[in-house]
Amino acid sequence: MSIELSSSLSTVRARRANAARLLLWSTLPVMVAALVVVPMVLLVTRLLHPTGEVWAQLWSTILPEMIRNTLLLMLGVGVITFALGSGLAWLVTAYRFPGSRIFDWALILPLAVPTYVMGFVYMATFDFAGPVQTTLRAWFGADLALPNIRSGVGAILVMGLTLYPYVYFLARAAFREQSSSTFDAARAMGYTRLQTFFRLVLPLARPSLVAGVTLALLEAMTDFATVRFFNFRTMSEGVVHVWQGMMNRDAAIELSALFLFFALAIVILERLLRGRSRYYQPGRRTRQITRVALVGWRKWAAAATCTAIFCAAFLLPAARLVSWTVGDLSNAATTNVLKTVYLGYVLRTFALAATAAVIAVLIALILAQGTRMNRGRFGLAATRLATMGYALPGAVIAAGALITVAAIDRTVMSASESLFGINPGLLLTGSIAGLLYAYVVRFMAVAYNSVESSMEKVTPNMEEVARTLGATPARVMWRVHLPLVKVGMAAGAALVFVDVMKELPATILLAPFGMETLSMWTYMLAAESLWESAALPSLTIVIVGLIPLMLLMRVGRMTTPRGNQ
Amino acid sequence: MAYLRLACHHRAAPLAVFLTVACGGAANSRVVNIYSTRHYGAMEPMYAGFTAETGIEVRVSHGNMHALLERLRAEGEQTAADAFFAVDAGGLWLAANDGLLQSIESAVLEQNIPENLRDPENRFFALSQRVRSIVYMPGRVDPLEISTYEALTDRKWRGRLCLRPSTNVYTQSLVASLIAAHGEARAEEIVRGWVANEPEYIDSDTRILETIAAGGCDAGITNHYYLGRLLKANPDFPVKILWANQDGRGVHRNVAGIGVTAAAAHRKNAIKLIEWLSGAAGQAGDDSGLPGSNLEFPVNPDVDPHPIIGRFGPWTADPMPLGEYGRYQADAVKLMERAGYR
Repeated sequence: MSIELSSSLSTVRARRANAARLLLWSTLPVMVAALVVVPMVLLVTRLLHPTGEVWAQLWSTILPEMIRNTLLLMLGVGVITFALGSGLAWLVTAYRFPGSRIFDWALILPLAVPTYVMGFVYMATFDFAGPVQTTLRAWFGADLALPNIRSGVGAILVMGLTLYPYVYFLARAAFREQSSSTFDAARAMGYTRLQTFFRLVLPLARPSLVAGVTLALLEAMTDFATVRFFNFRTMSEGVVHVWQGMMNRDAAIELSALFLFFALAIVILERLLRGRSRYYQPGRRTRQITRVALVGWRKWAAAATCTAIFCAAFLLPAARLVSWTVGDLSNAATTNVLKTVYLGYVLRTFALAATAAVIAVLIALILAQGTRMNRGRFGLAATRLATMGYALPGAVIAAGALITVAAIDRTVMSASESLFGINPGLLLTGSIAGLLYAYVVRFMAVAYNSVESSMEKVTPNMEEVARTLGATPARVMWRVHLPLVKVGMAAGAALVFVDVMKELPATILLAPFGMETLSMWTYMLAAESLWESAALPSLTIVIVGLIPLMLLMRVGRMTTPRGNQ
Repeated sequence: MAYLRLACHHRAAPLAVFLTVACGGAANSRVVNIYSTRHYGAMEPMYAGFTAETGIEVRVSHGNMHALLERLRAEGEQTAADAFFAVDAGGLWLAANDGLLQSIESAVLEQNIPENLRDPENRFFALSQRVRSIVYMPGRVDPLEISTYEALTDRKWRGRLCLRPSTNVYTQSLVASLIAAHGEARAEEIVRGWVANEPEYIDSDTRILETIAAGGCDAGITNHYYLGRLLKANPDFPVKILWANQDGRGVHRNVAGIGVTAAAAHRKNAIKLIEWLSGAAGQAGDDSGLPGSNLEFPVNPDVDPHPIIGRFGPWTADPMPLGEYGRYQADAVKLMERAGYR
């Protein structure tokens, strides 16, 4: 009798504890998501009182062109990144040819080159006064008409070359985790390797491909510095222009709210394209698709293609930056900068990027776990909203973060004054917290997508088994998910790290006193056309950015082919 | 506390990353904090000279003009900045107009800086002058044909001009000066005239000059010191500059300047710094001075400019008050949009 009672009591207690945990897991993600969403909501509320006059002017002048250019940019960047990313990934995954082992990791390197750096390198190399056109004119006469790189085509090309690694990286991982048995079955049924690629491999990798292209598109959409180099005005450039040129912050914020709709369209499209399909691969360690050695002209064509892309997207900018840096080192001012402040810039940038990466991934984990545990619409919507920051220009996020932390500061200040008579001053505004906040809001999608997509590979029954065996959600997360998801977390952290290092507009707006980063240093010099001096910080960004990328590639190789996003 | 101070001095220490707030907020009386739109390295030699002479440390936060203005507004009373340094008169006026700068009384500044290079209410002071004028390729262009900004609307310049896009603040200030001189309607006509000549838009003054030298265009509009820089690196650089509108209102002159913030915690130090920058050492025309190191013209009439730009010859500037640039800047942007100027 007493045994029965105590056992039923413990069941009640366990149920209560369970309910509490469930409550925690259903509210925590929503709370975290709210924190990320607040700045954006504050921005959207500005839309309720539109500044009519500015809109009329914009509609009758540059807005139609901006919208058209934005669409063209997305189309161009989408096609280039998809073709390059999936094509190159398939080449290195399925074939052997001279250098294929090296290209396998080398083709990811362009991700470390900030798009605006690539922009000014290409401009300085290929425009009318650049060395290429000058040499061609010397050979073929001064009347030689060459295409103008300062155009939409130039912008699309440069962005395609710096952004394709997003697709390449995810596609490569997806191709690798496809089991060779499926592939061999298709081959046995008479499909050629190429047919198999188009009919089987690509469709199976769809979720990863769509995720990669989406990242590239959002990145292209929010860029303003590069398109400016190329005189190609997009909506993101328009936001900065309206804000700084017309000095109308409200109109700028409204324009970015319009932006949100574009972004929303892309994200919905992504969901539709990814579909409800979830592909779980059979077995824990699947055999990869066997690499076939290419022969004859094919092997040289493959090697030449990879070489060309690698040179255009990485070697050329890197070589230009190195030669500028070397040239600039003879300058006494530069050596002085190197001696006095250089290390400080590197350390600050590194510390900022690392901190932001860790915070973003932890939050992403909570969000992903939360959505997984309770598949309610509300939680799902909160998560979707929390990842919208990636679709907004950095300057807009920064404005939102600024408004939010200023409001928090004011509340704390007045509360503290009325309660204790002490004015603590601004605690968050102008501090490192504001900047980190903006980074996390801006790059949540990068962290979340990595964590979530590797969590998707945890099959539901693994979790069910663990829960049935009496494990608490936290324990399931710790013992089942974490080991499986850690690669996704590492990947997410690495990507956020690189993104933060390259980030410009939010950094400029929110960096605390004396907290300059390498990207700001680069931008200030490049804006003054001091390319040679801008080369040193740019090169540093590239080199420091290579470290997490290398780690990422190692992690990808060490683990099983599964789950290495 | 000792370790805190240590971290404040060694900015490179990673610890300092997380202590900047503590450092910025500390009421250290031997310091002055500046928000500056100049890149790192451009002003540091002058600040070092000031620190050596006065013992006051200069701390600088760099950033783009609009970002720094936005920050000054958001930080309000609590701002860490004692002074705001900008390379465009429009930006200084905007800061003053938003109540972010305060009037200061200084006999030294009144002595060193001519009246037309100061704000009438002494909220900001020019420290160097940059002239935005017409550059051309001798041989392909007769300088007499293009002696004014307005003359560039002539049909014969079709396909021969290189201009800076409307997103650039120098272009905005130039068009603002057209509005101030001619009124908005006539200014728009002039800009439409430039647009009709289908200029090549290049977002870099240096690149405009290099494109002219390479034969890509025949003439353009740039700030004088960019040509100075190219001449410093290569004395045979072929492009020439002429001073525009000398028979009329004068050439378009902009300034780099500074003001004391309304909430400055180290107001006295900030004034001391500005006075020092306006004096003989700060104004030096060689590499040791603020104007000289960037090949700009000093504001202090007692100081000679750098010989490289001295060779460009004397000029008369448009007498338009500095504040007007800021007042007409947003109008200038809208005007260029209407006119189809990129």
